[in-house]
Amino acid sequence: MTALVGVVVFPGSNCEMDCVESVGLLGGEGRLLWHGDDDVSGVDAVIVPGGFAHGDYLRPGAIARFSPVMSAVARFAADGGPVVGICNGFQVLTEAGLLPGALQKNSGLKFLCQPSTIRVSSENSSLTSRASVGDELSIPINHFEGNYTCDSETLAKLRGEDMIVLRYVDNPNGSVDDIAGVCNEGRNVVGLMPHPERACNEILGSSDGGVLLGSLLDLAA
Amino acid sequence: MSQPLHRALGLTDDEAGRIEEILERPANPLELAMYSVMWSEHCSYKSSRIHLKRLPTEAPWVLVGPGENAGVVDVGDGIAAAIRIESHNHPSAIEPYQGAATGVGGILRDIFTMGARPIALMDPLRFGPLDDPRSRWIAEGVVAGVSGYGNAVGVPTVGGEVVFDETYRGNPLVNVLCLGLLPTERLVLGQASGIGNLAVLLGSSTGRDGIGGVSVLASAGFSDADDGDKRPSVQVGDPFEEKRLIEACLQLLDEGLVVGIQDLGGAGLTCATSETASRGGVGMDVDVSAVPRREPEMEPHEVMTSESQERMLAIVEPEGMERVLAICERWEVRAAVIGRVTEGGSLRILDGFDGEVLADVPAASLDDEAPLYDRPREEPLHPLGPSADDLEPPVDPGEDLLGLLTDPSWVYSQYDHQLFLNTVVGPGDDATVLRLKHPTTGHDTGRGLALTTDGNHRWCAVDPRRGTALVVAEAVLNLACVGARPLAVVNCLNFGNPEHPEVMWQLSEAVDGMSEACTAFGTPVIGGNVSLYNESAGSDIAPTPVIGLLGLVDRLVSRPPGAHLVEGNRLLLLGPAEIGLGGSLWGASRGAPGGEMPSVDTAMHTSVSDLVRELVLDGMVEGVHDLSAGGLGVALAEMATRSGVGVHVARVAGHRELFGEGPSRVVVSVDPEVLTEVMDRVEAAAVPASRIGMAIGDRMIVKDLMDLSLVEVSAAFTSRLPEALGSGTTNRQPDGR
Amino acid sequence: MKFKVQVDVSLRSGIADPAGATIERALPALGYEGVSGVSVGKTIRFTIEASDQEEAEAHAEDLCASFLINPVIEDATVTVEAGNGDL
Repeated sequence: MTALVGVVVFPGSNCEMDCVESVGLLGGEGRLLWHGDDDVSGVDAVIVPGGFAHGDYLRPGAIARFSPVMSAVARFAADGGPVVGICNGFQVLTEAGLLPGALQKNSGLKFLCQPSTIRVSSENSSLTSRASVGDELSIPINHFEGNYTCDSETLAKLRGEDMIVLRYVDNPNGSVDDIAGVCNEGRNVVGLMPHPERACNEILGSSDGGVLLGSLLDLAA
Repeated sequence: MSQPLHRALGLTDDEAGRIEEILERPANPLELAMYSVMWSEHCSYKSSRIHLKRLPTEAPWVLVGPGENAGVVDVGDGIAAAIRIESHNHPSAIEPYQGAATGVGGILRDIFTMGARPIALMDPLRFGPLDDPRSRWIAEGVVAGVSGYGNAVGVPTVGGEVVFDETYRGNPLVNVLCLGLLPTERLVLGQASGIGNLAVLLGSSTGRDGIGGVSVLASAGFSDADDGDKRPSVQVGDPFEEKRLIEACLQLLDEGLVVGIQDLGGAGLTCATSETASRGGVGMDVDVSAVPRREPEMEPHEVMTSESQERMLAIVEPEGMERVLAICERWEVRAAVIGRVTEGGSLRILDGFDGEVLADVPAASLDDEAPLYDRPREEPLHPLGPSADDLEPPVDPGEDLLGLLTDPSWVYSQYDHQLFLNTVVGPGDDATVLRLKHPTTGHDTGRGLALTTDGNHRWCAVDPRRGTALVVAEAVLNLACVGARPLAVVNCLNFGNPEHPEVMWQLSEAVDGMSEACTAFGTPVIGGNVSLYNESAGSDIAPTPVIGLLGLVDRLVSRPPGAHLVEGNRLLLLGPAEIGLGGSLWGASRGAPGGEMPSVDTAMHTSVSDLVRELVLDGMVEGVHDLSAGGLGVALAEMATRSGVGVHVARVAGHRELFGEGPSRVVVSVDPEVLTEVMDRVEAAAVPASRIGMAIGDRMIVKDLMDLSLVEVSAAFTSRLPEALGSGTTNRQPDGR
Repeated sequence: MKFKVQVDVSLRSGIADPAGATIERALPALGYEGVSGVSVGKTIRFTIEASDQEEAEAHAEDLCASFLINPVIEDATVTVEAGNGDL
């Protein structure tokens, strides 16, 4: 059965069609979920995509988390449904309390759109089941606020419970412990700053993102 | 007021007389304000129109030529491409971040006005020297503004240029280009039709932003002690508003709810209402009191000339209004009915639809009857400065080379250049390549669009006619290097003060050079923008025509090789040997901008371009790079740095051959296995070629001239901008395209 | 009654403040010596309707905690004064 992946659209989101395209390329089917609808029923997985939800005004994700769709996403996640937040979506999930920590401005105080190499730190998450610990993936980053931050107890817990899913090989933004992606305790909710949907086609420079989104589809199918 | 009102508004006595003839009565202050903004150089092109007529504009694939909001070409598979370039030079000199941001916003609106979804931006940027603090401040602000607005609005910035030169001290050039796609059948034009149809203002509220010269009309007067809030203010961009406006407008167009649509740019509502009415051969009643405002106590002339950002004017049939409002509500876009299409050709400004008539002018007169000047032209008497031909050969050419290298990735790593999954070749290469997907179905055509922007003030200063032709030729060759054939040109003519006869001569010559080259290469000019009065402290900038060239890659199955080298490859230099040091980057770096400069042999150029394009498409070369600013030396250094492979080159006679610049020249990196086949094809194309060396090792060696380590070359290349402009964490990998 | 509220948002102590650090690093080059402890935050201002000062403060604190700041990285100082309109 084709996995049906819901892709949330807030006003200001901009990576939603890219996610739909890449999910389709990997054999799944993407369906847009409007932020004003309190309903995600029927989908097998949810992606909260990149962009600038509500203009990133106040703080990235701060306004988006109050959208009706986020209540539905929270219920879906609580029932064990796989949820992935990419870039701005990661920011939304931390603001919504579905993932620990927060994302600050890059340490270089510049927006960065460039290739990045990330290393798989845990294969036990909804996004990394097809990968092996230590795999290096070439997946681009595209953000101003991707500097992952948390307090020391949270960091100890993330390490102790294998919740750090992906790390940068060359930390581009100052993230603590080179963190590029984390999961929740249930391991079904994952957030990451790099854009796997931009790395699903060799002609665009890399297809390594297929390992991550493919894992999500395995879980969903 | 000590002078007549029309002069305070920037209208000449003759222009005021002409207005009185049109109206058959004296104009009132509001009407004068409307004429003054519409007849400004910025809106009317009154100094340049007479010359622009000489540009070739037609080809079978051109759907919309100059004069509309954007040029449109048919790119096959039911897809049309809309493209436009504009300048935002003066606003960026005053407030770099907002100047650049609102430039991006404005060019996007020009594109979705045509019914096209914007898919790519390009930013050719030119600043004063890096050792000037103010120029650095402008550069950092402009780049941040493009990044801040373009990224947030969700349109990738896929290329551009960045140049630092003394000529732009105090007057930066911030040009922005936008490309959009639409289903061919959905093409809409900015015109009103249907008597009784409604003019609906969409988007932001109207404030006093960018009122400029018209502020002399503020009724409170403008005494020194006066309140600051009546003064012209900087326009501020809101990318989130623009994003919602794009989505709302494209949905309105998808559902066939608008009969015409027009963005609000220079001259604001006056321009949008008069142009839509005039193009449709109708009139319009505008209720100025219905315009949503941001500030209290705005006067009609302020509302009619405000340049507040993120606004569109849609012409809607009354029965569709309910659906229009529903779509606008979904996207949280404000919509207000502010006008009605009327019979006849009058643009009337009313205080309430049944209220007082505040202005009543023939709509077409604001646009079509704008003055047209043939300003005096005169070739400058004085030579440009020392000739580079007279310079002593460099003691250490390697040292000179290191000073000519600049990696622009500090700039473009701040731009999202990958959104929409189209970017096959991004910024930093000879040209950008985007996958061509249908804008509504997403169907991948297996073909690509290629895009480049080019300008070279050094060449144009030596000889504007020849220099502009060289710029067009370079663009054509840039496209060939990524396997593309050229389709159409848009231009942005950045010049000095048109009241200086030397500047008008430069403009006229540049237009002739562009016209000759575009005719020879079969690339019609489908749109453009003229930016005059680029001067500071009484000194005009060097003539800087910038062109955007759109092309097609007919088979896009893999990434073109780009400026790359593979260890063991043989290096071929293709193209004629005619080069010169006049107008060269090396000459300029040594304080000698003048000298002899070759001209373009258009037939030879076409042969070289065709050959290179076919070699790239057929996968015959593993690296390709055109020779441009800095000549062979800079081209080889860039290829070596980007691939992490050194070069060992001979048969370069001296510094002239190393740094000289000339058209139609390309370095290709060829696998020895296919060298014979490549040489056969080169010979068949009757293109001159020489085997200059090979890609090998970790040094850049040019026999008898230089021997540099690749580490040194890379360091010079990558460190220049980050060291001057701040600590961007560019972790550019070798060949990390 | 109407109350004027000002929320001063700053980064929690211990959280890196690259904007503040960058300003501080730039100061000596501009000729300003002896400046330290630069931190960059933001100010949010609004008016709020409440029956008394205490209720206004409670509302403002609540709004602040639930929406205006991210407690993982930010702290806020809330100032409430009786009064209307323009701050």
